[in-house]
Amino acid sequence: MISQLVDDLLAAHDPATTDRLEFLRARFDAGLAWVHFPVGLGGLDLPRGRQQEVDEALAAAGAPDNNPRRIGIGLGMAAPTILAFGSTELRQRFLRPLWTGEEVWCQLFSEPGAGSDLAALATRARRDGDDWLVTGQKVWTSSAHNARWAILVARTDPDLPKHAGLSYFVCDMTDPGVDVRPLRQITGEAEFNEVFLTDVRIPDAHRLGAVGDGWRVAQTTLMNERVAIGSRSAARESGMIGVVAETWRSCSDGRTAAGLDRLLSLWVESEALRLAGVRLRQQLAAGAPGPEGSAMKLGFARLSQALSGFEVELLGADGLRYDDWTPRRPELVDFTGRGAGYRYLRAKGNSIEGGTSEILRNIIAERVLGLPAEPRVDKDVPWKDLPR
Amino acid sequence: MNLLHTDVEDDLRASVAGLLTRGASWSDLVEIGANSLHVPEELGGQGAGYRETAVVAEELGRTVATVPFLGNVLATAALTHLSDDATARETLGRVAGGEITACLVVPLSSWGKQVSADSVVRSVADADADVFLVPRSGVLHLVSSASVVPVTSLDETRPVSDVDASGASVALAGSGDDAVRAALLAGAGILASEQVGIAQWCLDTTVAYLKERHQFGRVLGSFQALKHRLADVWQDLVLARAAARNAADALTTGVDVEIAVSVAQSLCASVAVHAAEECVQLHGGIGMTWEHPAHRYLKRAKADEIALGTPAQHRATLGPLVNLTV
Repeated sequence: MISQLVDDLLAAHDPATTDRLEFLRARFDAGLAWVHFPVGLGGLDLPRGRQQEVDEALAAAGAPDNNPRRIGIGLGMAAPTILAFGSTELRQRFLRPLWTGEEVWCQLFSEPGAGSDLAALATRARRDGDDWLVTGQKVWTSSAHNARWAILVARTDPDLPKHAGLSYFVCDMTDPGVDVRPLRQITGEAEFNEVFLTDVRIPDAHRLGAVGDGWRVAQTTLMNERVAIGSRSAARESGMIGVVAETWRSCSDGRTAAGLDRLLSLWVESEALRLAGVRLRQQLAAGAPGPEGSAMKLGFARLSQALSGFEVELLGADGLRYDDWTPRRPELVDFTGRGAGYRYLRAKGNSIEGGTSEILRNIIAERVLGLPAEPRVDKDVPWKDLPR
Repeated sequence: MNLLHTDVEDDLRASVAGLLTRGASWSDLVEIGANSLHVPEELGGQGAGYRETAVVAEELGRTVATVPFLGNVLATAALTHLSDDATARETLGRVAGGEITACLVVPLSSWGKQVSADSVVRSVADADADVFLVPRSGVLHLVSSASVVPVTSLDETRPVSDVDASGASVALAGSGDDAVRAALLAGAGILASEQVGIAQWCLDTTVAYLKERHQFGRVLGSFQALKHRLADVWQDLVLARAAARNAADALTTGVDVEIAVSVAQSLCASVAVHAAEECVQLHGGIGMTWEHPAHRYLKRAKADEIALGTPAQHRATLGPLVNLTV
């Protein structure tokens, strides 16, 4: 069935002569965008593991892709949440241009006062007729400066305990109340933004899930983020280990026996993490995904930090230099396009973004191992009474 | 490459686990063919593969059962390698059929160098055998009678002995060095699955204990400092299981075997030791007692770390294979 649909798509829209966007729209309409989505929304109601066949067949035919890394937040976080909680109208309106990349999405979750404790967030949404008016400050928003839409969690009832008073919205980033400012980070560049929201108007029809159900909706988003981060396929010695292994091979000065053993330990761990990724995808294809996604992210963060630190050290005199401190606005994080110092500094974010390694360990301990949560002092207290 | 367990492998795991829970002996395992899964059918084995043998190893690791499983893997792998020789083939058939046991006379710590048993060989595992395979000057010799002196072993669940097998022998045709290398490679790859089983038992047991044990008016398992340590052991196990499964798969298909085995050994040996050390520590005082089983797992894990190459020796093997050298 899949191969027939792929053949039909290619026959009707020759990638060599078809406009990129037109091809992507046709691919979506053929159900070949994400096969695990429903028919009519870019999918075929097939298991997620079948997607690889489509991707490989289309890549082999030289078809353009939707540049998934550029629209990762839309694909990995907004789309599954819209699918799970959006009305028919919202799904029809948003999913197609999201998938083709015509409309970029960003995520307005974290705040200066709510990082790991996301449920403590303070951005307020007040009812105004058929609309909501949203005021607050969000932070660590990648793509906010390119985004057309955002997924947003805001507090609709401060009198309830923190998890109960949240609601989830789709926010129009072109609203005049949205102010996006670059946030410069330790690498020198401004990959992320601060987003200031002042009476941003959101129609109630753009709410996902019930009023007060925002925390549950956000969990769907965050679980999908971890799957998205965790399940990329890769060849042996790709990613950070490949870069550092090449540095080792080309840099005869810094090589020592002790350094080699350290590098080989990291090589082994990288290879095992890659194999764990292969195994995770095989589980997905067999329809029985395990909880290994959290392990992938934890392992990736640890390795990218250990490897990039090792590389700077290995480079000796060159390790004392940095390629560029100018506050650039990159569209993608690219570990390979920059110097070792950049990799070392950027990798520090890997154990913070998308759930810190500490939060991931809590999740593993509680959801996988079934250990009890720490005693909580904030669970039953109205949000407005929590110390801040 | 299949890193999952097939339905057949899951069934095998269930049978072996069932037998072990009922306190099975080696002859019970032989009866279901668990000693010769990796031996081809035409040589008298089950003709399944190393993937299946690895499943048995994982269950044996979970129970640290005292059975000559690893020694059997080494001996049968060496004999399979030399099966063009009629004596080797005949011996293999009898071993696979459970009629006799065989022991490859090398120190359990062997890895990476030529082994030659010209005098007493120290620290041989599973040496309480009927016949002995003795490497001498590049040739493997079959010896039917040897002096086996059990020594006090760090790991009493897999005791080692000093073996003097210098008596009358029959030389087996073919390269003895290659046969020993093949045996050590198979043994090391299978050992990784045993180490996964050890680590899994240590994690499960520690998690269960921390869900029960109270101090400071709280369940110990609710302390974040302890939860994170267990999450790290679980994380290690995710990687170790993938690496061990990959080694078993590579031994079965013959593709990429040397890299797969040394990756698995470098990783899984340390993961098992770490899990066992955490098991002892997080049990507190009870973990230091002779009465609690944790010590048996710690000793097995530590002995396994040395067995068939330490993690550092496997990294030394791996370096040139992946073009990383000083």
